[in-house]
Amino acid sequence: MKPNSFGWYGWAMMGLILMLPASSSGQDSASEAAFSAAVANLKSGSMKERGLAIEQLAGVHNPRAIVILQALLDGRLFKLIADDKLVIGEEVDAGYKLFDAKNAESLGTVDRSATQKIYVTNNLRTSLRKIIGRLELNDNDAGVRLAAVKAMGKAVDDESLMLLQKHLSVEQDKSVQKAIKRILGLEQLNSADKTTRLAAIELLKGQANQNVVNRFNELVDKDAEGHYLEADSDVRNQIKTALVKINTQLQVYAAIETLFFGLSLGAVLVLAAIGLAITFGVMGVINMAHGELMMLGAYTTYVTQQLMPDHLGLSLVVAIPAAFIISALAGIVIERGIIRFLYGRPLETLLATFGVSLFLQQTVRSIFSPLNRSVATPEWMSGSLQINDFLSLTWNRFYILVFCLLVFALLLQILKRTRLGLEVRAVAQNRTMAKAMGIQTARVDALTFGLGSGIAGIAGVALSQITNVGPNLGQAYIVDSFMVVVFGGVGNLWGTLVAGFSLGIANKLLEPYAGAVLAKILVLVFIILFIQKRPRGLFPQRGRAVEG
Amino acid sequence: MVAALFKNDKAMIWVLVILAVISLFVPLCNLIFAPGSPLYFSAYTVSLLGKYMTFALLGMSLDLVWGYCGILALGHGAFFALGGYVMGMYLMRQIGNRGVYGDPLLPDFMVFLDWKELPWYWYGFDQFWFAALMMVLVPGLLAFVFGWLAFRSRVAGVYLSIITQALTYALLLAFFRNEMGFGGNNGLTDFKEILGFNSQSDSVRACLLMASGVTLILAFLVSRWVILSKLGRVVTAIRDQEMRVRFLGYRVEMFKLWIFVFAAILAGIAGALYVPQVGIINPSEFSPLNSLEIVIWVAIGGRGTLYGAIFGAVLVNYAKTLLTGWMPEIWLFFLGAAFILVTVLLPDGLLGFWQRRLQEQKQ
Amino acid sequence: MNRLSSRPRKLGIAGILVTLTLVTGMASAEDTIKVGVLHSLSGTMAISETTLKDTMLMLIDEQNKKGGLLGKKLEAVVVDPASNWPLFAEKARELLTKDKVAAIFGCWTSVSRKSVLPVIEELNGLLFYPVQYEGEESSRNVFYTGAAPNQQAIPAVDYLMNDLKVKRWVLAGTDYVYPRTTNKILEAYLKSKKVAKKDIMINYTPFGHSDWQSIVADIKKFGSTAKKTAVVSTINGDANIPFYKELGNQGISAEKIPVIAFSVGEEELSGMDTKPLVGHLAAWNYFMSIDTTKNAAFIKQWHDFIKNPKRVTNDPMEAHYIGFNMWVKAVEKAGTTDPDAVQKAIIGVDFPNLTGGTAKMLPNHHISKPVFIGEIQDDGQLLTVWQTNTLVEGDAWSDFLPESKAIIADWTAPISCGNFNTKTKKCSGQNF
Repeated sequence: MKPNSFGWYGWAMMGLILMLPASSSGQDSASEAAFSAAVANLKSGSMKERGLAIEQLAGVHNPRAIVILQALLDGRLFKLIADDKLVIGEEVDAGYKLFDAKNAESLGTVDRSATQKIYVTNNLRTSLRKIIGRLELNDNDAGVRLAAVKAMGKAVDDESLMLLQKHLSVEQDKSVQKAIKRILGLEQLNSADKTTRLAAIELLKGQANQNVVNRFNELVDKDAEGHYLEADSDVRNQIKTALVKINTQLQVYAAIETLFFGLSLGAVLVLAAIGLAITFGVMGVINMAHGELMMLGAYTTYVTQQLMPDHLGLSLVVAIPAAFIISALAGIVIERGIIRFLYGRPLETLLATFGVSLFLQQTVRSIFSPLNRSVATPEWMSGSLQINDFLSLTWNRFYILVFCLLVFALLLQILKRTRLGLEVRAVAQNRTMAKAMGIQTARVDALTFGLGSGIAGIAGVALSQITNVGPNLGQAYIVDSFMVVVFGGVGNLWGTLVAGFSLGIANKLLEPYAGAVLAKILVLVFIILFIQKRPRGLFPQRGRAVEG
Repeated sequence: MVAALFKNDKAMIWVLVILAVISLFVPLCNLIFAPGSPLYFSAYTVSLLGKYMTFALLGMSLDLVWGYCGILALGHGAFFALGGYVMGMYLMRQIGNRGVYGDPLLPDFMVFLDWKELPWYWYGFDQFWFAALMMVLVPGLLAFVFGWLAFRSRVAGVYLSIITQALTYALLLAFFRNEMGFGGNNGLTDFKEILGFNSQSDSVRACLLMASGVTLILAFLVSRWVILSKLGRVVTAIRDQEMRVRFLGYRVEMFKLWIFVFAAILAGIAGALYVPQVGIINPSEFSPLNSLEIVIWVAIGGRGTLYGAIFGAVLVNYAKTLLTGWMPEIWLFFLGAAFILVTVLLPDGLLGFWQRRLQEQKQ
Repeated sequence: MNRLSSRPRKLGIAGILVTLTLVTGMASAEDTIKVGVLHSLSGTMAISETTLKDTMLMLIDEQNKKGGLLGKKLEAVVVDPASNWPLFAEKARELLTKDKVAAIFGCWTSVSRKSVLPVIEELNGLLFYPVQYEGEESSRNVFYTGAAPNQQAIPAVDYLMNDLKVKRWVLAGTDYVYPRTTNKILEAYLKSKKVAKKDIMINYTPFGHSDWQSIVADIKKFGSTAKKTAVVSTINGDANIPFYKELGNQGISAEKIPVIAFSVGEEELSGMDTKPLVGHLAAWNYFMSIDTTKNAAFIKQWHDFIKNPKRVTNDPMEAHYIGFNMWVKAVEKAGTTDPDAVQKAIIGVDFPNLTGGTAKMLPNHHISKPVFIGEIQDDGQLLTVWQTNTLVEGDAWSDFLPESKAIIADWTAPISCGNFNTKTKKCSGQNF
């Protein structure tokens, strides 16, 4: 007989007994022993055994249980290789800062290699969530309780239903009550009693909830043999009217969603193009290295994150000025070293900057390796703003949209209200005249190019949050950036903004019908035809400078 | 009459002589002499030179629109790729029932995608004369439609450059789609025969080099003749002062269109010669970067001379062949640096610089 | 307009000439056996292929330490085909005719292999191709050491169907031949398992697709019914990060809709923020996390060679490891590097996998492999949740496609053909 085999069975039974509310205080020591045994079992090899251990642990009433289970779910539970002790680790620079899993005693910091992670699979994660949900149902925070109820609602079983039913009578919070009622209501749809079912429909029909819609759709559908799942036609009609209402609501949500998708795609396009709108639009430099300047910004984000690994959010904030400075410096070097020899030959700037882009790509490849670098997303930028079950706006897209508008506003103010902006505009309009007025055109050129490049760097920070950070990052965006600037009208920042957003929205409107590729082709063809109609873009520059 | 073509430009004769030697002498030596003989050129050299010849033709065709007419086309590779696809379609049809799935009519990728019949646009490509006609017509027609729209509405400068880029980018995306019926990302490959001869044999490769070389020489002479004709002079005038030419009463857009279509046809022919020599045509030939590279060849060689473009195309590609073998890890540094140095320091390209030096010495 | 004085111009031209005509002496000693390494070191594919170049250098280095091959040292000839498909063919020709390499280890994408194929066949070279691919090919001169669809896709779907009780399927892929073929095979396979057409959603996106908002929203809608849904992803390389990020952000967790990927391994994961991926699945024939002494030694060797203990190992690296060692064994068996002799000798050669079991070169030039399914963990490793009991033999021509059902590949006498139709008894589609 295997030494442990009695243990599992015995402790599992004990767990079930202890779960009954009648567990008396005299069993404290027994409970403590049960807890220790359950913790020890978590380390066992197979996932099945680990699953049983989780159930055991949930059964013992110990405040540490929930902490351990949560750590297991988050992947922070480890086994010390040296003495097989179960510990909870917190990631720090050198390795892990450890706490004893059983009593939270601090154990100091160890190297990563001294620990072995306790892994969990999807199945275990689902059951962990459910169990933690049950345990957290008594939490003081209403938000935690709501999350707990939702977690339990994902995989409903009799036990959960019983617990929820009981909890409803003591629950004070409105939204938690509503969530519980919904779960119970969904269950009542299966009731044999017609009035119960009708009452459940009445309760559920106003709620924008995926489970409700699924259940409703199922009930009015026929099964394989051609019978309605809901036999009663009265009930069915009730459901159908409810569904019609819900579906119109859904269409509105879908439209809002498409609009948001379009805007956020547009924001990315605008961010990528706006630096180019300055270097290309204002200065007339066909800057093929623009993409690589964005890439520099993205790598700067990576480096700042490596430098301050414990402050993800802060590192991202720090990365914005850092990326601006690095890309701007690179831009100034490019301008002073190469482009200043090429003014008056705009088309040739294309060739030289193409050389620069190859050079920068290979540099990054040599320093950071050709592999993609992993840039983490801070907590506040992941996930989505859940408006209801059918409409959610992803946070990273939302922030990028806001960020894009901020950058645009800032840039506009710089060009409009600062001395530099005035000089930039003056040089762009009439270089000779500006020079005659005492403006140092060479300095202005360098600063303008630096500004455009710096903005490209900032765009790189944003891109690092949605796509790969690798040597090819720039190439993926360069063609699109040029399209946006040209479509909007060279030399017009507002044009770039409007062009970016309208191309983004057009793309997203077409995508459901034409597919991602065809939508893009159609947009490109549209640009080609549009330029025939208006050869200088949406907002053409007027005046003498244009003919120059 | 031929002599008139060489007026004022002795270098041209040298270029032609070198081209003639490459396109006739090398393939003949490859066929006549045995491996090991000092006069033997390996199949590798022959196929490499053949590829360079088609690139040279492509570069020269771009020089016509950029160097002589001042239109910086960033989508010239599209015409090259279209010509290539036409040739590829002919070669695919030649496979017949020797394909992987043995279907007598459908190419393998169509059998695979469950296509039941040949799409209408694949008809006729089993005949070489039809394919040859299409090699000229397809790129020419696209250039005509595009140019007619663009030049008539006076799209110029960077706007024109960027929409030519949009054109080739859109084609790239379109040809990537498997639904288009051109083999998607894999493109057209696995060719067996050209005009009834095994496309993998040494003699066919030698003939293809010869054909590419001769085409290049002929195209060069015709282009030179066009440049020296009245049309060419007007085109050059448009490059230098478009407004004045317009005020003089010339229909500028017609001249631009003419030279644009002519260059596109030459590019298409180059593409058609390229495909049997490399054995594959796929959408990456449409990529905007490829088109940009053509511009670089011309810039490095020197534009506005025709032979400068030929020189540039061969030089850059030879450098690429060498560097990717010698220093695979860092060759891009050298290529990038070379592009920067040439544009900044040698605005007329290498040949232009050399010519100016010669003139200075004479004086 | 700026005019430069003539001195910097002179310097410039000197610089350019040096750059372009720099001549390095090619060391070509007669007493070495050359091995070609044909992996892109620049361009879009450098991300994946550079590691394989390093792997090859490591393997060749190790073999030389063991005393080389047939008493000669091995010499690696590395070239850069720069992710440019025609350049692959040119470089292959260069390796075979100029450098006279005994074998080539290389290629990643299908199109690069297709481009190289005619050259290898014409010059009778040997190519070891280390990446999972779509099948429907077997060349006399190519050895496919990566997985065929039946060694990756079918077991993965079996796992989802039987263990996770998946009823609705999203087949999402990049629009090129590998996903097209794999999805076609899977579609046929699912239909044979009585999955209704309305329960299968197929979606193709272009290379490097970065805006997944609409598609992920569609997947979310498709998966919102009560039936368990899973995504079978053949999405390629760069498009994966934005895809998984969008999945995570739109709240699709691995518990709700698991994604099983065929092109995401340890190396791809090392370049991603793994938080949104935890719990999603991948199917491969090798995981770095598999605990065997051979694997531990291989990982250590790799870390020592690359001088970076954070680098990971992955499936194509193991494929090169097996392929290279099989070639070495075959050369030793044949006593020569002559391609014809090696082709004969290598069939039947076996070599232990890093994860246990013994890979064998089959007559169809594919090898037998174990299949593992793993869940992605937040440290970027894959935790095995399922594996085949025995090794699966690579099948060049899928049995689930009507047009290739009757075709087999067998490079031993008497068939000696990569495309042999068992019905008509005819060998077709060959280039020689």
